[in-house]
Amino acid sequence: MDIVQELLAGSRLALARAITAVENEYDEAAEIMQKVYPFTGKAQVIGITGPPGAGKSTLTDKLAKEYRRQEKTVGIVAVDPTSPFYGGAILGDRIRMNELTLDPGVFIRSMGTRGSLGGLARKTVDVIKIMDAFGKDIIFIETVGVGQSEVDVIKASDTIVVVLVPGQGDDIQAIKAGILEIGDIFAINKADYDGVERLNTELEMMLELNPNNALWRPLVKRTVASRGDGVEDLMQAINEHVEYLVTSGELIRRRSIRTKNELLLLINDHISKQVMDRISLGGELDSLVNSIEDHQQTPYNIVRNILAEILR
Amino acid sequence: MEKRIRVLVAKPGLDGHDRGAKVVARALRDAGFEVIYTGLRQTPEQIAEAALEEDVNVVAMSLLSGAHNTLFPKVVNLLKDKELENVLILGGGVIPDTDIPALKQAGVAEIFTPGTSTAAIVEFIKANVK
Repeated sequence: MDIVQELLAGSRLALARAITAVENEYDEAAEIMQKVYPFTGKAQVIGITGPPGAGKSTLTDKLAKEYRRQEKTVGIVAVDPTSPFYGGAILGDRIRMNELTLDPGVFIRSMGTRGSLGGLARKTVDVIKIMDAFGKDIIFIETVGVGQSEVDVIKASDTIVVVLVPGQGDDIQAIKAGILEIGDIFAINKADYDGVERLNTELEMMLELNPNNALWRPLVKRTVASRGDGVEDLMQAINEHVEYLVTSGELIRRRSIRTKNELLLLINDHISKQVMDRISLGGELDSLVNSIEDHQQTPYNIVRNILAEILR
Repeated sequence: MEKRIRVLVAKPGLDGHDRGAKVVARALRDAGFEVIYTGLRQTPEQIAEAALEEDVNVVAMSLLSGAHNTLFPKVVNLLKDKELENVLILGGGVIPDTDIPALKQAGVAEIFTPGTSTAAIVEFIKANVK
């Protein structure tokens, strides 16, 4: 049996190894994705994002347990940053999820960003597809701790939960662009801290001004993830959002945009790989650079010539 | 195609001292490895399952409670049961010299005791990872 057949038959080892092959872009990666793709599209994907230390891992752990109580199987992809200097990473999200490790209905995989800046790793979307094909009902993506503009999580999620904590800035922060625009649900975690009323009010005021509220007005929920407070309520909100996605047709719309973006990205990746393979042979890149410096060629006609040759 | 060495750093047993594990985790990170740190008081079953899900190349365990003769071999056997024979298994912590031969016999590739430089651990992993 090949690795995809094994994982479709339920092998956790095959699942783990298929993820590695795709993450590391081994030669067989494209074939794995090709075989897995027909089995995707069934899982409900929930993105969990927010600043570092807001409680994303703890909240993911507690939400996963709620879904397990309803006998749904759960996959978790937890992303942590890769060092820009050494290429290594400390992937520590499992620390908050140890009670899930021995549950055979849960599969957790940690990923380093490996240079991506949008809050996910470049291959996170593919890893979700593999878990989806494996048969997970619910898949959580936990992003790296984000600041304001790391919004790649929208490229992969049906529902996005933005986790915030009290005491992190005034109401101008709340009207800036970025992660506050992508939340379908806001979880105010550590809601036993000071400042929770103010944050709640500021969020509600910001959300009141959304132009699209007639369709879905994002919900604000309070949680204390470490104690499990409010988690059931939060899951209820996620379920409400899923119902909205399905009944309004928004799910189809979102997934269609995603399919389009993924296709464009794939085309982009393949063309740039071909170009790179072509010009990195035998130091041609350096001689092209020299020819620009010597005013023999411009970057523009070089690009035109290379593309003409490759797309011939 | 880029291979990235992935290491599970785990604390089996009941002691709560993870300064050493964290220093090693940091050194491995700086060596360019992806380090999955799972925190304190892991059972051998949890360590083996995490190693499977994360598809790691190395399992590095730190233990200061004295239970190494029981717990290290147990992890080795559980990894074998999961068809993870290729995983390099390392131990560290306060481990008497007299215990080391039996642990190696049981399948732990190397034991690093107090005073080991982190560079030595990095070198060992690079030289022996499969």
